[in-house]
Amino acid sequence: MHRDWCRGLAAAAAAALLPGAEAAAHGFAGDRFFPATILTDDPFVASEMSLPTVTLNPTQSDGSRELDLGSDLSMAITPKWDFTIGSDWAHIRSPGLPVVTGGTGLTTGTQYQLFINAPHEAMALAGLDVTWRNTGNLAAGAPDFTTMSPTIDFGKGFGDLPAALSWLRPFALTGNIAVDFPVQTKTNGTLNPNDVFYGFAVEYSIPYLQSEVKDIGLGTPFNRMIPLVEFALTSPFNRGYAGTTTGTVQPGMIWAGQYFQVGAEMIIPTNSLSGHGIGGVVQLHFYLDDLFPHGIGRPITQW
Amino acid sequence: MLGHRLSAAAAAAIAIVLAASTAAAHAFLDHASPAVGSTVPGAPSAVTMWFTQQLEPAFTTATVTDAGGKSVASGAAQVDPKDPTELRVPLKPLPPGTYSVSWHALSVDTHTTEGHFTFAVAGR
Repeated sequence: MHRDWCRGLAAAAAAALLPGAEAAAHGFAGDRFFPATILTDDPFVASEMSLPTVTLNPTQSDGSRELDLGSDLSMAITPKWDFTIGSDWAHIRSPGLPVVTGGTGLTTGTQYQLFINAPHEAMALAGLDVTWRNTGNLAAGAPDFTTMSPTIDFGKGFGDLPAALSWLRPFALTGNIAVDFPVQTKTNGTLNPNDVFYGFAVEYSIPYLQSEVKDIGLGTPFNRMIPLVEFALTSPFNRGYAGTTTGTVQPGMIWAGQYFQVGAEMIIPTNSLSGHGIGGVVQLHFYLDDLFPHGIGRPITQW
Repeated sequence: MLGHRLSAAAAAAIAIVLAASTAAAHAFLDHASPAVGSTVPGAPSAVTMWFTQQLEPAFTTATVTDAGGKSVASGAAQVDPKDPTELRVPLKPLPPGTYSVSWHALSVDTHTTEGHFTFAVAGR
């Protein structure tokens, strides 16, 4: 208790004396650092940016193949509340048809950090994403209806496992569940169903292994690598679309540096509705709070 | 069109890195002596930790305790003034056993990080 009080006093003194206030670094819950995952939303509020995310999707059942170029920006308004904006640009080749290109729609969101539990390396946030109608090329997949998607994101590290299971302590699980609510249930004669989206990422952190459990002597660049597998499924549940679940499994690797991370994953469809063959995604992701700690990387207010 | 989009994204990414010439990130533990999770044959005189960023000495702390939770440090943790990425905790003579290190670091960009690890001193 005394030590906690001293830390609190030190934090207050740091806030007063240093150019910027003491702040928890992005993606940390106690000893655990959670990288920004590619497929599933992150369970933490942060100022960060993905630029670019390049995705070559598996071939679809009609033979078409889509390449997406995406960018996302998240800006912290307070240490517990952020605002997000993202957009993709698609390049679609279909057999016997002209190439279609264009934006796939603008998505904005806001997120609030519900809690961070340091001893148990756990965190969660609640958010609301909005995909806006007519903000892209309909032929490239942009929607002609607005969709509201409340979401819960969570993360849990397993550093609190007993010493006998120490080699499992670098594991962590993140995930999110969201429900899509189209504002219009029918547009241009097409029904727009409600969807449930659920995604998980299972990670094994080499940095955690070497700094918390056992230094096995891995050097640069292997000491910053986090192998992971992501899963995501989308299940419509009404308006004639029930039973048409689609999804992907994405094994890959994230290299997390001091200012940015690089991620690469294979994309494996879970069923024929989701495509066939193998796709891939690569992402460059910047930690704006580390790149610009006294500028745009700081929350606007410390409330 | 696709090539132009990719080029624009690459140019924007490079611009971000160039604009951030004064960046300083949170401090990760890079390595320690005794090494994390290691067993050493003799009692070390100190635990020394090296971090990936420079530390703020006034707000960076570390403790070393035995299996009963009692401190075995012979003095306060000190950031090396010549190498501000190095944090050292001097130790009392240690009998064989397992020891826990707990650190709390404030890097020069004011981000906090913390960590824990153990090392063991082997019996004769």
